[in-house]
Amino acid sequence: MPKQISLTIDNIAVSAPENTLIIDAAKRAGIDIPVFCYHPSLKPVGMCRVCLVEVGRPIIDRATGAVVTEADDSPKIQFGPKLETACTTPVSDGMVVLVNSEKSKAARNEILEFLLTSHPLDCPVCDKGGECPLQNLTLAYGPGKSRFRFNEKQQLAKNVPLGELIFLDRERCIQCGRCVRYQTEIVDDPVIGFYQRGRSMQIITRSDPGFDSYFSGNTTDICPVGALTSTDFRFGARPWELKSAASLCTHCPVGCNLTIDVRREAKSGGDIAIKRIMPRQNEAVNDIWICDKGRFAHHFADKSNRITKSSIRKRNQLTPASLETVLDLVASKLRSRNRKLVTLVGGRLANEDLYNLKQLTEKLHGSGFLYNDMAGGELTCQMGLTQGTSLSDLKQGSVILVIASDLHEEAPIYWLRVKQAVERGATLIVINPRETRLDKYAAYKITYRYGDEIATINQLMPGKSEPHYPAAKVIQKAQGLIVFVGNEGLGQKSSRAVMESAAQLLINGGFTGKVGSGLVAVWKNANTQGAWEMGFELAGDLQKMIRAADVLLIAGADPVGDRPELQEAMQSARFSVVLELAPTATTNLAHVVIPVQAFSEREGTYTSAERRVQIFYPAIGVKDDVLPDYKIAALLAERLGISLPGESARQVFEHMSGHITGFKGLSYQALCEMPDQWPVAGGKNKYFGGTASANHQGVGVQLVLNPHSSRIQSTGGKVKGQTAYDEKKLWAVPVTRLYDQGNTLLHTKLLEKRMVACEMRIHPDTAALYGVQTGPVLLSFGKAAQQGNCVLDETTPLGFVLVHRSSGIPINEVTAVTLSGVNKSNQSIGNRNK
Amino acid sequence: MSEMLLLRHRQFPEIGTLDGYLKLSGFKPFKKVVSENNPVAVIDEVKESGLRGRGGAGFPTGVKWSFLPGDITPHYVVANADESEPGTFKDREIMESNPYQFLEGLMIACFAVKATLGYVYLRGEFWQIAEHLEQCMAELRKQGYLGKKLFNTSYELDLHTHLGAGAYICGEESALLESLEGRLGQPRLRPPYPAVFGLFGKPTVINNVETLTNVPLIIEKGAGWYQNYGTPKSTGVKIFSLSGNVNKPGNYELPLGTTFRELIYTHGGGLKPGRKVKAILPGGASSIVIKSSDKALDTPMDYESVAGLGSALGSASVIVVDDSVNMLWVSKKIINFFRHESCGKCTPCREGTYWMDQILNRTKTSKISAKDTALLKDVALQMRGKCLCPLGEFSTMAVVSSIEQFPEDFRS
Repeated sequence: MPKQISLTIDNIAVSAPENTLIIDAAKRAGIDIPVFCYHPSLKPVGMCRVCLVEVGRPIIDRATGAVVTEADDSPKIQFGPKLETACTTPVSDGMVVLVNSEKSKAARNEILEFLLTSHPLDCPVCDKGGECPLQNLTLAYGPGKSRFRFNEKQQLAKNVPLGELIFLDRERCIQCGRCVRYQTEIVDDPVIGFYQRGRSMQIITRSDPGFDSYFSGNTTDICPVGALTSTDFRFGARPWELKSAASLCTHCPVGCNLTIDVRREAKSGGDIAIKRIMPRQNEAVNDIWICDKGRFAHHFADKSNRITKSSIRKRNQLTPASLETVLDLVASKLRSRNRKLVTLVGGRLANEDLYNLKQLTEKLHGSGFLYNDMAGGELTCQMGLTQGTSLSDLKQGSVILVIASDLHEEAPIYWLRVKQAVERGATLIVINPRETRLDKYAAYKITYRYGDEIATINQLMPGKSEPHYPAAKVIQKAQGLIVFVGNEGLGQKSSRAVMESAAQLLINGGFTGKVGSGLVAVWKNANTQGAWEMGFELAGDLQKMIRAADVLLIAGADPVGDRPELQEAMQSARFSVVLELAPTATTNLAHVVIPVQAFSEREGTYTSAERRVQIFYPAIGVKDDVLPDYKIAALLAERLGISLPGESARQVFEHMSGHITGFKGLSYQALCEMPDQWPVAGGKNKYFGGTASANHQGVGVQLVLNPHSSRIQSTGGKVKGQTAYDEKKLWAVPVTRLYDQGNTLLHTKLLEKRMVACEMRIHPDTAALYGVQTGPVLLSFGKAAQQGNCVLDETTPLGFVLVHRSSGIPINEVTAVTLSGVNKSNQSIGNRNK
Repeated sequence: MSEMLLLRHRQFPEIGTLDGYLKLSGFKPFKKVVSENNPVAVIDEVKESGLRGRGGAGFPTGVKWSFLPGDITPHYVVANADESEPGTFKDREIMESNPYQFLEGLMIACFAVKATLGYVYLRGEFWQIAEHLEQCMAELRKQGYLGKKLFNTSYELDLHTHLGAGAYICGEESALLESLEGRLGQPRLRPPYPAVFGLFGKPTVINNVETLTNVPLIIEKGAGWYQNYGTPKSTGVKIFSLSGNVNKPGNYELPLGTTFRELIYTHGGGLKPGRKVKAILPGGASSIVIKSSDKALDTPMDYESVAGLGSALGSASVIVVDDSVNMLWVSKKIINFFRHESCGKCTPCREGTYWMDQILNRTKTSKISAKDTALLKDVALQMRGKCLCPLGEFSTMAVVSSIEQFPEDFRS
């Protein structure tokens, strides 16, 4: 417990822990001190000088060490000759801070006058206008008139692209350096920096592509002026025209809290459209940051890219039909006895959808499967993060083990949280066959050959005897162990064994149920964990599954897109119904297609990989007969005489909490409870600057560990399941990249240049062995072949060729392949779905 | 000509070579302190001598050395050879012509604070001097004055030069450290001070070239001998860089406490016929301007007496302004310099120097409106007390004191 310091700020008695800065102590006491360069997440620099305040300290008699007192026994206070910056000065006992004295107020006024001399004052056309700290603080503390001649202002470039995502307006920049410091201190992508000096100082990028960081968008939020704007939002709307809704990111399983800002506009045909996506503060999940995929890749939900009408296949053509007709048809197919219903769901669906679809399937004695590349969800249900564990609390004594995952690509915010945990003192162990961006922060990096996952993890297995490996010793001594398991070079088959051995690590180390411990699977989708919680099991052989179904119901999944080999089975399916947002390779082959609402149009909950259930709210209303999945399931059930909740997502959730073990006792009320968060986001002075990240709609609830029906037992350590990849063959390994060409990213034109190409990454030595070189190559596997670009990369393990998931190469497991050069004249690089 | 302590090359041109320097008892003091292995005694001797920093602040050198905490290692010593104050050109002469005495001073300082690595940080324009110093260092390595196990003790020492990119701010010690570490030359927040958190986060002493050049003789001849020069509080000799409207500008090594009159008229050859001293800038562009008078001219140039005139001795780069010069013109030159050199880190300096420059540039004549004069002074005073580092404050000194003391030069 740090020592408490007592001081007064504007005559209010304040107590704050030792080393607290005046600015934070004041904030906690509800006193606003304006800032520009200061940001509670960044190290203080004291550059902008707007937080100058009068600071007095008690006079200490040097001889006696006693405090000198006034006649009335109150301590005699000495004020320094200069004002001090509240953002760099720590509190001390007996300190007297005057925030609103004449001297402090004058200083603020004068600093603001200085800042405005170089500022273009183009607020009427500035994206930040209306939510701009410079504007707000000038109004509150600044001079009403400028003594600086307008025609003597510097004229600088106003449209400087720092890459294609972020633009810089050099005139508006006040050189606070928040963006530069964010990129350096927080996300360790120092790709932007200051150039030149004095009034000529400017932000530049030296990376190629410009501003090459997965977190670049966050700088537009923390920029206290309109200097940094995103290509997605700039000149798109004024802040006061926007309506906000609390939402969740659907791109990865982290569950970042979002605010969606919308506006009705002619360009969208008079409909309400998403104008921008910003992070919403949740200290346990995403802090106040999100990755650029979460920020920019929302266009898959745009009206123009969507299916808006239900349709029925007639003469091999999907023909529009009313929802009623379509539902009647599906119900009729399901009604006859002994019809086998097979439901295949994806992790994109909300908990409510999954629950209703599961109920419907069970009541019709069908079987429900989860479409996913990675197995082992029944283990995360019972071994997930123990309630009370927060990634933001991890520090010395905590051990984080990352197995087969490139977190920076698969779930950037997890990467950030792990990096920050290491900076707070946690120990990181990375087990991966190749270099990843996380290695830099790892105390131990263990490299293995693809296929040797289990043997490698087994070496770390805590047991009775003294462990041999240093990393194993660290695990043995850990106060808490969090294991992240990814899908690097794995697939359905091998991931189960990896998850099993990760679970054994936790059990054998005695970490089960301990706060600060648990198993996190880095799933592909936002709610894959939710599907496991609902009791869905992994679909094994998809061909067989499709062929076995009389009625095949697919929701939130595109198996044919990922696996073109399923095309034939899908074509010969007896009756297939697909619930989907947009046309996919799967909807193209369906008998019936029913459009559904996107996350931005409805209410619901997701369960993140760390088993936090959180609510998202509708941002956009929907007119047409497009319904959420849970409602469609309920309407179908109604036609079949089955009662399912369907009035609202909340109603479904209430049922769910009565039926699903992990959700017992939960309610929407509990999910939207709002604890105090520090640092304080939002508020009058927009402490974080720029767009406030305030959260009023809840931080969600972590599920209790769910003792699954097939409860995992300790196997005393070792897990079997070694996969041996013949060294004489060339193996293609699927790896995940953030900007892939998946369905949810395809429509985001902004990120097109950064999306991964259809390429084969290979070590130069391996390339030489197979006689291929940089340029077009043909990758053949089984009966299929895919042309792509060969890229030589020395970090690629020998004997393997890396292919990116969702980049047009339908390889979902480690697969034996052959590579051959292609004559340049007839090259045609394939893109999926095209 | 009396005996020189710092500009000894003027009497002994051969001092510029290692052999020449060795013949003049060079490196005996260094060898002595290393062999005796009593760093505290070295610090005490320098403290005793009363030597004060010659870079401008005048802080007692020995006291500065004694601040380094023993429990954080390694320690570094950096010689500040940025010499960027307009009107200062003394370090350059030392490094060009008497490099070994300076390097020996640096080496003794390194030993005194138990540093095994010393740096000479030079402004970018001094690249030739840097090359020259590198050659000297190579020579010292060759002859066993730098390297491991010096004089058969366990002490090791090496020196390096580092060139900045040519920025006034890098003469400020924390900005110098940033630049030396390879970053943008911008001052750091203080505390922590370099004595605790300096170069690469380690305790560091930063001394001016001239300061260090005094050290070998103090060690050789003792603190008592050194105190014979100068005044009781400002001991020793000082190189006065004299420039402006004088007949013989140049570096003059004189005891501290010499009067302005002696420097300007006896050594500097006086002014052009018929001209009178109008103003003196005792410490370069960052000075508070001294209005000339008999009292001012007869003031001894030591730290205390110049402060008594409401100014500061600073780096003793004495710029003489005669009565043909308009102080508005002087202010213009100075503000233009500070606008150009402001690092841009803090708001008041970045915007204030730019604003003052704009006001002064409105007129190409020697006239300025009363409104602009008032605004100029307001802007300058508005900057005071708010800047991150002293440079910002410096930029306001000459202009405010000129307006106050020479109101007749700021007329419409």
